[in-house]
Amino acid sequence: MSPRVAGAVALRVLTQLRRDPRTVGLLIGVPSLLIVLLHELFSGREQVFQHVGGPLLGLFPFVSMFVVTSVTMLRERTTGTLERLMTLPLAKLDLLCGYALAFAALAAVQASVVSTIAFALLGLHAAGPVAVVVLLAIGNAVLGMALGLFASAFASTEFQAVQFMPAIVLPQMLLCGLFVARSEMADWLRVVSALLPLTYAYDALARAIADEFDGRFAVDVCVVLGATLLALVLGALTLRRRTD
Amino acid sequence: MEGRAGIVVDRLHVVRGDADVLRELSLSVERGLVTGLLGPNGSGKSTLMRAIVGVQRVRGGAITVLGLPAGSPALRRRVAYVTQAPSVYGDLTIGENLRFFARVLGVPAGRIPDVLETVELAELVDRVVNRLSGGQRARVSLASALLADPELLVLDEPTVGLDPLLRRELWSTFHALAEEGRTVLVSSHVMDEAERCDRLLLLRGGRLLAAAGPDELLRSTGAPDLDAAFLRLIEEERR
Repeated sequence: MSPRVAGAVALRVLTQLRRDPRTVGLLIGVPSLLIVLLHELFSGREQVFQHVGGPLLGLFPFVSMFVVTSVTMLRERTTGTLERLMTLPLAKLDLLCGYALAFAALAAVQASVVSTIAFALLGLHAAGPVAVVVLLAIGNAVLGMALGLFASAFASTEFQAVQFMPAIVLPQMLLCGLFVARSEMADWLRVVSALLPLTYAYDALARAIADEFDGRFAVDVCVVLGATLLALVLGALTLRRRTD
Repeated sequence: MEGRAGIVVDRLHVVRGDADVLRELSLSVERGLVTGLLGPNGSGKSTLMRAIVGVQRVRGGAITVLGLPAGSPALRRRVAYVTQAPSVYGDLTIGENLRFFARVLGVPAGRIPDVLETVELAELVDRVVNRLSGGQRARVSLASALLADPELLVLDEPTVGLDPLLRRELWSTFHALAEEGRTVLVSSHVMDEAERCDRLLLLRGGRLLAAAGPDELLRSTGAPDLDAAFLRLIEEERR
């Protein structure tokens, strides 16, 4: 493990993103537009926007980074650059950390812009500190990145990689408690939702916004961190030096 | 032999899918020479090269590279590998690609102008790789491999699609590197490149047909050129 190599990877991924301003524009513009849309949609029912808006802006980076990472990593596999990296003095952990650093930085920008729009312009209210919401959003981005990295191993084309988004991300979004409170779900759905990491990411966000930094918040954060680590380990297992 | 040999392959067995790609393959590559790995497409050249650099899963046998088992972490700085398809980042410029690989290798950025000079790409340093021709892309890939000043260069068809003048210059670069004591293993399916090598390994159907210098090969087969010599060896093997 070498910080120099991880830094080189992070810098390279950020340079690739800089060469693709449209993607960066979409990554920041689309969630901004969606939060405005949500605000307008519930213009007569301010409470709904207050309930959904806050957690949602912390979940956007999860979705974006999942897609961006799975496509970037798939490209790395199909163009042969991954094979080249595997012949170089680079630990798999360096590669994963490099990716995590780059996408966390991007998520920080994304979450800051969307939070500024929501809290300053759209009148979203948070009882808790906004900085914690942004930090949680960055953590969710790293979770999305780790899952995307793992998912990319099972895709052989970019079409497949993109389809993993609705397959892996959407069910978690539906079941995390954002749309229907978990207490109102059928028993078996509640059990399923308890197994999905996004449920804990959502709960942490909801508690941070409500300024409820209790034991449950700590559990949520630990589960999200644990799930991120697990996904990174699984992702590392899919990076093989020797292939057929 | 161990001391002089850059690479020793001992009864290597590689299976891909259900097919034996390499079967009981044994050969050696001397240090300080340009060795050509020749054979038609599908003869197992790329698979052998992948096994030498340690990215190919092997079924049996052993490969020793610069005195260490192939794929040893200690070799990753001493061995450079250039794949057939240029493995560089298409959305970055030449300079950005080389700066990235230099950082990974821990090589000072001052090396970059030198390697770009070698592959004659110095004036295109700020060009995005996707906008380059195929031959130029191959040279970016080669330049990245030269960065760490490797002891062993494993080059999979590095001169495909290059213009003849540049090809000749790259071959003299390979010889210059070998004269410095480096080992250069170059694959090709073009026989006219064979005569530029110090030593040849002829591969067909995953088996070694011959291992000899070009002149030696012409003498032993009595063929007028290397193309004909290869053909005679195939015919002999069939009989």
